[in-house]
Amino acid sequence: MSKQRIQSSERNASKLSGGTTRRAFLGGTATTAIAALAGCSAISGGGENEEQAGVSGETLTLTTTTSTYDTGLLDEIHSDFEEMYGVTVDAVAQGTGAALESARNGDADVVMVHARGLEDEFMSNGYGVNRRDLMFNDFVIVGPEDDPAGIQGLDSATEALTTIAEAEAPFISRGDNSGTHTKELNLWEAAGTEPGGDWYQEIGAGMGEALNNANQQGAYTLSDRGTYISQRSEIDLTILVQGPIEGGPEILSNPYGIMAVNPGVHENANYDLAMAYIGWITSPGAQDAISNYQMNGEQLFFPEAVSENPNFQQYVPEGWSSDSSDE
Amino acid sequence: MSPDAVVHLLPALVELPFREGYVRSIIYVSLYVSGTAVVLSTLFSIPVAIVMGFADFPGKQLVKSIINTGMGFPSVVVGLLVLFVVSNQGPLGPLDLIFTTEAMIMSQFVLATPPITAISLAAITGVNENVRDAARALGGTRLDVALVVIKEARYGIATAVLAGFGRAISEVGSVLIVGGNITSASGISKTRTLTTAIQLEARQGQYNTAMLLGAVLLVLVLSINAVVVRFGDEGSMNR
Repeated sequence: MSKQRIQSSERNASKLSGGTTRRAFLGGTATTAIAALAGCSAISGGGENEEQAGVSGETLTLTTTTSTYDTGLLDEIHSDFEEMYGVTVDAVAQGTGAALESARNGDADVVMVHARGLEDEFMSNGYGVNRRDLMFNDFVIVGPEDDPAGIQGLDSATEALTTIAEAEAPFISRGDNSGTHTKELNLWEAAGTEPGGDWYQEIGAGMGEALNNANQQGAYTLSDRGTYISQRSEIDLTILVQGPIEGGPEILSNPYGIMAVNPGVHENANYDLAMAYIGWITSPGAQDAISNYQMNGEQLFFPEAVSENPNFQQYVPEGWSSDSSDE
Repeated sequence: MSPDAVVHLLPALVELPFREGYVRSIIYVSLYVSGTAVVLSTLFSIPVAIVMGFADFPGKQLVKSIINTGMGFPSVVVGLLVLFVVSNQGPLGPLDLIFTTEAMIMSQFVLATPPITAISLAAITGVNENVRDAARALGGTRLDVALVVIKEARYGIATAVLAGFGRAISEVGSVLIVGGNITSASGISKTRTLTTAIQLEARQGQYNTAMLLGAVLLVLVLSINAVVVRFGDEGSMNR
């Protein structure tokens, strides 16, 4: 949705004309040069019309997952974007399912989530445009140190889940239609095991709460590595099955994607600003900032937007090809 | 006490592990949203309570039961209803109210109105019949009688307003849904209240900071209650 609240008095210094905005797309790293340009344009053009033409003073609504928000990543990197464009980013942490639903209702301009299947569905239904691969980390299976089911050392995530199910050791499921929950359900399906019974608890809560709950009960759970690292000092859970970053199975990879809300479906989506945001966050500068973001001395997210390879699959539903388009 | 004074006083009392201005801004948003909602709902509720206290009309019992049911209405459900109204697809969609304090005020208005109406009504109907008769006997018009009754019932009405405020400032379900719990990247709250901040800390397992924020909320509500009760006392001494 476009919030054209022009806060001219506050934002004059960083006002951008349309021309500068396009330059900003190109020069992700040259923040200072752009700031200087912005200063010039603020002096040269002061009329109402120019103010309408730029994005300055507008608000971008980003719905995203708890894992990107709770790790503090977005707060850390957003200041740069806000300064560069003179805009405000309203980041709403909702979980993948809810974030996509808000976007579907036209209540967001851009959406950053981590469940490729749900993203593809969102794109296929026409709600999202210009999907880009953004960054990744991985999932890990964590549990109490004494490991009652004995899954430590298994190099298959599905085997680990089957072992937990056979031992009927307590397992906490997010149960909230989030990206992590979706991944967990996919893993159970891949393992050919139907989870159920007293040992399997759906708590319907965010990752932090799930880790706390598992910690209290001495239970296993599936966590994204970022949230686990950011919370590790508070809990006694340990990583029992590693994800691909530490040499674990590829099935535990956790890619994040970003999409703009389709202005053809939701007329009042702030598409310009959404595309500026996607341009910025996939630029080398912001990608560096993502890879430099650390918590407890560890890198939480690994950028993957900047690549020499064309990587066409990021723009289309997984496995899509033009040959199969007229099925 | 102005909200500003409270906003500056409270963080000074407890050392919180947050960025400069963060706690102050969430206290401000909490007070602004709940305060505005309660003022609006008081302006709406008291006339309703007076009309219901003085007039008899068909369906009065039904209205009463609806109000009483409203007191127990879950805030999450209210949040969802307001979301449907203010969402881009809803009737107020073009106003762009989703994820704003205005939407939060709307939902807290809905939450605070039933307790304020119901308790005010109980206070007004509880005023001794003799007082009304005396006012009438002294030649008072209907308005005079109403004013006398309100004056007698002011303690009850103050309790009603406090109950409404308590419901508004302590609820987390609806403000989380329609407000989105947003802060700017610089850590200044846009739609984050004390309750949603507590929820966020608890979600991250930061139980200590969550408890600290809970204590701030408690102190805030206590001081507001103290101020309101004190006003009531002064009123009775000046009589």
